Amino acid sequence: MSIEAIIFYVFAAILVASAGAVVTVRNPVHAVLFLVLAFFTSAALWILLEAEFLAITLVLVYVGAVMVLFLFVVMMLDINLVPLREGFMRFLPVGIVVALIMFIEMVMVVGAKNFGVDHYGEGIKHAADYSNTKELGNVLYTVYVYPFEIAAAILLVAIIAAIALTMRRRPNTKSQDPAKQVLVKRGDRLRILKMAAERKDTAGE
Amino acid sequence: MIETLEMGLGMLPEVILIVLKILLIVIPIMLSVAYLTLAERKVIGYIQVRIGPNRVGPRGLLQPIADGLKLFLKEIIVPTNANRFLFVIAPILALAPALAAWAVVPFGEGLVVADIDASILYILALTSMSVYGIIISGWASNSKYAFLGALRSAAQVVSYEIAMGFALVGVLLAAGSLNLGEVVRAQDGSFLHWFWLPLLPLFIVYFLSGVAETNRAPFDVAEGESEIVAGFHVEYSGMAFALFFLAEYANMILVAILAALMFCGGWLSPFQGIPLLEPLFSWVPGLVWVLAKTSFFLFLFLWFRATFPRYRYDQIMRLGWKVFIPITIVWLLVVGAAVLANLSPWFD
Repeated sequence: MSIEAIIFYVFAAILVASAGAVVTVRNPVHAVLFLVLAFFTSAALWILLEAEFLAITLVLVYVGAVMVLFLFVVMMLDINLVPLREGFMRFLPVGIVVALIMFIEMVMVVGAKNFGVDHYGEGIKHAADYSNTKELGNVLYTVYVYPFEIAAAILLVAIIAAIALTMRRRPNTKSQDPAKQVLVKRGDRLRILKMAAERKDTAGE
Repeated sequence: MIETLEMGLGMLPEVILIVLKILLIVIPIMLSVAYLTLAERKVIGYIQVRIGPNRVGPRGLLQPIADGLKLFLKEIIVPTNANRFLFVIAPILALAPALAAWAVVPFGEGLVVADIDASILYILALTSMSVYGIIISGWASNSKYAFLGALRSAAQVVSYEIAMGFALVGVLLAAGSLNLGEVVRAQDGSFLHWFWLPLLPLFIVYFLSGVAETNRAPFDVAEGESEIVAGFHVEYSGMAFALFFLAEYANMILVAILAALMFCGGWLSPFQGIPLLEPLFSWVPGLVWVLAKTSFFLFLFLWFRATFPRYRYDQIMRLGWKVFIPITIVWLLVVGAAVLANLSPWFD
C-alpha cells in the first residue's frame, strides 16, 4: 500500500464517519459541525486528486461562508427535540424502504459500470509546475463558456427569487436609514444666528 | 507493508526539515504577537499622552512575558451549562487556521515553506475558517453576551469576506497569478510599479476589510466592551482566553504582511529605480523590507484603534455591502480593461 492509499483511506474513513454522524447525532449544532468536517475532509480528498483549485474553493465557499450561515440559523433556532422523535418506530419501515431504494438507485447510476477506471483510463501524475487553476480557467472560459454563463445567470435568478420571496416590508415599522444619516450636513440641523448683544440692566431698576 | 515502512523512513529527513521550517515561522510569530501587544499599549499610550506599561523590566520590555505567565497560571473556568467539548475546542479552532495560513507566505525570494500555486486562494479559505472559533465559543459558553458577539461576528466576517475576495481578484488579474511570489515579482521596477497605485481603491478596500475581518477597532463589535462586555470570549479565562488573543494578533500580522506583499512590493526595495539611492541600499536583505512594510501596516491597526470610535452595527453592514463591494466590482472592470490594453508601466 502506498502512502497515497493510506492517506486516502484515513480521509475516506473520517468522511464516511462524519457524514454518518450528521444524520445520527441528536444536537443540530453538532450535526452542522460534522457537516463542516465532512466538507473539509472531502476537500482534502480532492487535493489528493490534484484538484487543488476545487478543493480550496470548496473550503472557501462551503466551509467559510455557507456553513457559517447554516450554523448561524441553527444556533438561533430553539428546537424542541421531543416532538421530532415521536413516531420514530411507526415510520421506521417506510424509512428503511425509501433508504434502500435510494441506495440501489445510486449504486446503479454511480457504480463502477458508469464511472469505473476503464472509462477514464489511468490518472496522469503531473509535475510540480502543473497549474490546476490555469487549466481549469482555460477550459471554463473557452469550451464551457456558455454553460458557465448560463449557470451564473440561473444562480443570480435564484438569489433574486429568494430575496423577493422572503423580504416583507411591514408597514409601521420604525427604522433608521444609514444612507440618509451619513449624508446629513451641519446646515440641515444647526442654524447659527447673528444678533446684537443685549444689555442686562434694562428693566427692574 | 515493509515497503511502506521503508518509504516512510526515506521521507523522515524531509519531514524533520519541514517541522524545522514550521518552527522557524511559528516561534517568531508568537514572539511578534507578544511584543505587538506591548507595542499596542505603548503606541496607544503615547497617542493619549500617557507613558504606557513601564514597570516590568527595562522600559516595560518584559511586560508581555509577565502577561503570558499570568495567563498561563490562571485557572480555566468552564461555565456550568456550557458545552464542554466545544468550549475547549473553540480557541484551538480560532488559532489553528491563523497559524496554518502562514505556510504559503513568502518572506523573501524563495523564502517560503509551501510554494503552492493557489496561495492567495489558500489564505482566503483558511482565514475564512477562523470565524468558527468565534461562533462556536459564543454558542458553547451558554451566555447571552457571548452569543450576541458570536452572531454579530459571523455576519460581519462573512460580509467583509466578499469585498476582500473581490479585492484579491483584482490582484490576481494584475499579477496574472495566484502565487504570492509571482505577485511580488510582477511588481518589479520601482515603487511606482507596485500595485498600490493601479489598484488603489482595491488596496484601501482590502486593508479596511482586513481590519473588519480581524474584528479590530473600529469594527470590533464582536467584542464591544461597552455594549456586550467582551463579546464572544466573556466566559473564557487563562490560557483559553490567551489563545483567542494569539489568534487575533496573528491574523493582524497576516493581514499586514499580505498588504505589504500584494500591494507594496513585498521584499522589493522602495529605492529601486532611483539613481543614487538604489546602490546605496542594495545591501539591505529583502526580509528587512518585508518586515518594515508589515510593521507600518501594523502601526496603522494601532493608530485606527486609538483614533476612531466604534462603528454602529448597521453602518458596518452598509459599508461592507453598499460601499466596498460596488467599489471593488467597478475597479475590477477598470483593471480588466487596463490589463487588456497592456497599460504601461504596470501591465506591459
